[in-house]
Amino acid sequence: MTTTDMEKTAPDSRARMATLFRYAALILLLVGLVLPFAAFIINSFAFRWFYPQLIPNEWSMDAWNSVLDDDLFNALQNSIVIALTVTITSLIIGLPAARALGLYQFRGKRVVEFLILAPTIVPGIAVAMGLNINFLRWNLAGEVLGVALVHLVPVMPYVVLTLSGVFANYNPEFEEQARTLGAGFFSTFRHVTLPAIFPGLVVAGLFAFLVSWGQYILTFLIGQGRVITMPVLLFTTIPGGRNPNIAAMSLVFIAPAVLILILTSRYLSGESNTVGGFGQL
Amino acid sequence: MTHVTLEQLVKVYAGSTKPAVNDFSLDIPSGKLIAFLGPSGCGKTTTLKMIAGLIRPSAGKITFDGDDILPIPTEKRGAVMVFQNYLLFPYMSVGDNVGFGLKMRGVDKRIIAQKVHEMLDLVKLPDIAKRRPAQLSGGQQQRVALARALITEPRVLLLDEPLSNLDAHLRDEMRELILTIQRKLKITTIFVTHDQEEAVLLADQVALIFDGVLQQYAEPAEFYQRPTSERAARFFGGVNFLPAKRDQNTVGTAVGTFRFTAPCIEQAPSGDVTLTIRPEQIRLAEAPEENTVIGRVRERIYVGTYTRYKITLGEHEIEAIRSADLPGSINEGDEINVTLPSDRIWVVPNAR
Repeated sequence: MTTTDMEKTAPDSRARMATLFRYAALILLLVGLVLPFAAFIINSFAFRWFYPQLIPNEWSMDAWNSVLDDDLFNALQNSIVIALTVTITSLIIGLPAARALGLYQFRGKRVVEFLILAPTIVPGIAVAMGLNINFLRWNLAGEVLGVALVHLVPVMPYVVLTLSGVFANYNPEFEEQARTLGAGFFSTFRHVTLPAIFPGLVVAGLFAFLVSWGQYILTFLIGQGRVITMPVLLFTTIPGGRNPNIAAMSLVFIAPAVLILILTSRYLSGESNTVGGFGQL
Repeated sequence: MTHVTLEQLVKVYAGSTKPAVNDFSLDIPSGKLIAFLGPSGCGKTTTLKMIAGLIRPSAGKITFDGDDILPIPTEKRGAVMVFQNYLLFPYMSVGDNVGFGLKMRGVDKRIIAQKVHEMLDLVKLPDIAKRRPAQLSGGQQQRVALARALITEPRVLLLDEPLSNLDAHLRDEMRELILTIQRKLKITTIFVTHDQEEAVLLADQVALIFDGVLQQYAEPAEFYQRPTSERAARFFGGVNFLPAKRDQNTVGTAVGTFRFTAPCIEQAPSGDVTLTIRPEQIRLAEAPEENTVIGRVRERIYVGTYTRYKITLGEHEIEAIRSADLPGSINEGDEINVTLPSDRIWVVPNAR
């Protein structure tokens, strides 16, 4: 083989390797993400499903009938109310913070960044224990509002980090331009700032919603067992050992998250440059 | 038509001890086109943004037609700024961009559409209202930005380096357009530039700014004929500077004593001064008269329509320009008469 042959074949084999890796990644994704779903779906409709049956030979709606009760709807409602409250609140708090961190240099910026990131380092349970004492004093423990507030702790780092990335690529002169053209503070935000940061806002909101949606320990501690959200209900159902019920409930738990993910997927794709191609599969 | 005054404006940025703009006073007559000229970082854009209301002055006053406008927020001042990089809103059509100012004022949609049409005609860009800003060339974006500013009928139009992002021929075209529109609409206009040629070609009056301080405010020709400092003269292409001692209407230099008849300047009192004269005003190889000295031609640079000479006068060197169609030839090494006409000699204070 001459050197020119080598040069010709090398890119070919590299391309082939790349294709191979792409397929391997796709298969892994399918196995990792879709198969457990399939198992849940089958299980939730199964009457009995034992080894070595590949699929159950008897089907039933029993699991769904027993799971879809008032407790579940109540938990679902709590989860949605809390997650939406957390999403909106975290965006309102996070937006100015992220703007300051993304756009400006100021004394103590590093400290502020560290404090905002701290909840990802400090175990949530430690924070919740400390907060619990005060929340009890302020009658927030065992309340939906208290749970929503405590969810802000793990949510804020995601929101602020995502949005400060957006503001790092943002030119505030557009706002100055709008103001000299006669736009007041709110008009400027609505017509100039909001359209520019909207994709980032959706992604940050998505993080906020999902992080809140999946909280168990913080909800359990601050909710005092009186605020039942989907994860709390799921945890109390699992020890019962009725697999079809657990599967059905898990599907109800996952559904809103998947739905939101699909609805916002275009903001996660590589074409929107907010997250740098994050999520482009 | 708005008469603008700046009174002892000062801007000191937080964390800085040196003011970006210092004791800046200026009277801008209604309907005039004014240039803020100076090297980058001299405070000219800061001053522009203070007039727009985007930067709050540390001290001083700004008035429009005699009214103090500092308490008025940016959006109500009617001082519209066109930024150097145009800043067209990327997610709006060209038409929506141009109509933005009217929409903010709650003007009826049909009237906006009609006005947008008129404005795009005015900047000679009809039929592009439906396009996106990203589909336009730099020159077109600049015109759209101008139309977007003009549609609001601003009291004061502020242009930040309006020509610097354009290539040479677009620059000429844009300059013409700005001039035509400004003459037609008679909007008091201030533009910022670092290019003295641009300032001279466009402005009725030029404000030369160095280090946040107003050096000279005058008509363009004044900067060539009567600069108030060596630095101002250099910025406008002055090259000949001789240390001198002034005594009434004569200045003594190491080369000889010259008489000058130009009006006295307060900035250059008796004593140590600097003599300056523009290269094209020096007469070479003519019969000796008042203010004639002998110099030796060190270098001769032929530039086509004129020739540039570097001439040694004692221990100094001066530059002179001579039109190509004057009779007689001057060669390197020649000893020639160098005449500094007494009505062209100018005296500025010594540079510190």
